[in-house]
Amino acid sequence: MTSWLLLAEAGATAGSPEGGLFDLDATLPLMALQVVILTFILNRLFFRPVGRAVEDREGYITTSRTQAKEKLAQAERLEADLREQLKEARLEAQKVILSAEQDSDRLYREALAVAQAEAIASRESARRTIDAQRADALSHLQADADRLADLIVDRLLPAS
Amino acid sequence: MAPLPLALPFAALEVGHHLYWQLGHYKIHGQVFLSSWVVIAALLAVVVTGTRRLERDPRGIQNLLEFLWDYLRDIAREYIGEKAYRDWLPFIGTLFLFIFVSNWGGALIPWKVIHLPNGELGAPTSDINTTIALALLVSLAYFYAGLSRKGFRYFEYYVEPTPIMLPFKIVEDFTKPLSLSFRLFGNILADELVVAVLAFLVPLVVPLPVMFLGLFTSAIQALIFATLAAYYIGEAVHEEHH
Repeated sequence: MTSWLLLAEAGATAGSPEGGLFDLDATLPLMALQVVILTFILNRLFFRPVGRAVEDREGYITTSRTQAKEKLAQAERLEADLREQLKEARLEAQKVILSAEQDSDRLYREALAVAQAEAIASRESARRTIDAQRADALSHLQADADRLADLIVDRLLPAS
Repeated sequence: MAPLPLALPFAALEVGHHLYWQLGHYKIHGQVFLSSWVVIAALLAVVVTGTRRLERDPRGIQNLLEFLWDYLRDIAREYIGEKAYRDWLPFIGTLFLFIFVSNWGGALIPWKVIHLPNGELGAPTSDINTTIALALLVSLAYFYAGLSRKGFRYFEYYVEPTPIMLPFKIVEDFTKPLSLSFRLFGNILADELVVAVLAFLVPLVVPLPVMFLGLFTSAIQALIFATLAAYYIGEAVHEEHH
């Protein structure tokens, strides 16, 4: 191996004017130029478009994330709001139910009282009527009895 | 040219041989350019198919590309810092992708099938010219990054925290590209050579573990190169808090 390298070098330095491992010539600047041109071409074809695509996506993801976060916050706010409203509505409903119950209770009591009063009044008037009629009847009976008694006395007395 | 000591019909080794193309007065290594064009074409093909329709829900290759982009962005952001990384992400990313695809291409594509008149195809990064070119680009990049961001205050960096550091920091400017280029070059060439030698000695099965190790090293080298480049740039743009 070494011998080949040495031979190659020896060939380059001693024998012929060209060849060898460290043979520097116009390849160097031309290669440099080629690489510079390649840099510009790749910048145009690769680095800029791909960079733009990647950064666009990163921007898109960032904005989407912030938007999603905003929407989430909004939804949470709305939810809290609605919960609050729901609670208030429940309280309201309970109040309404309570007042309605009280109302119906009151109405029931009132109606009951009125009915009872009516019942008592009509019973009272009926009793009074009955009493009056009984008294009437009794007085009639008394009168009839008296008359009958008088008649009997009249009949019996002349006969004896 | 010294003749190779062994000329077997399979898996012959060629080191330091190049396919020369004449370009005016200058010579260039044709095999390096050929393989680098294949690598660049593969890279661009994947990128173009993957980014043809970018969607918010990634599908198919777009996933891969986004993963790569994310990975490279993390490297750049971690080492360069939040403020300046956007300017340098394409450079760091291109370094990583080019080196990575070069290394893996060198290991995975059966280059030996294509016969060249001289030299042989392989990873572009196993040629010292490529790695030095990349390393010098990194040097230029961090100087440019520092100067453009801080102006001449950039040179305060050389005397911080104490002026005693000045010579060391100047030496560092030379050792950074040297170590970058030779690390990459050495690793990739050594990997190719080890695989070639093992394949030369025992053509079956035995080179496989080394090949897997080579894939691992290749990926690591690309990561190291890109990370160090990012680190150097980050060091240059770093603001001291007084």
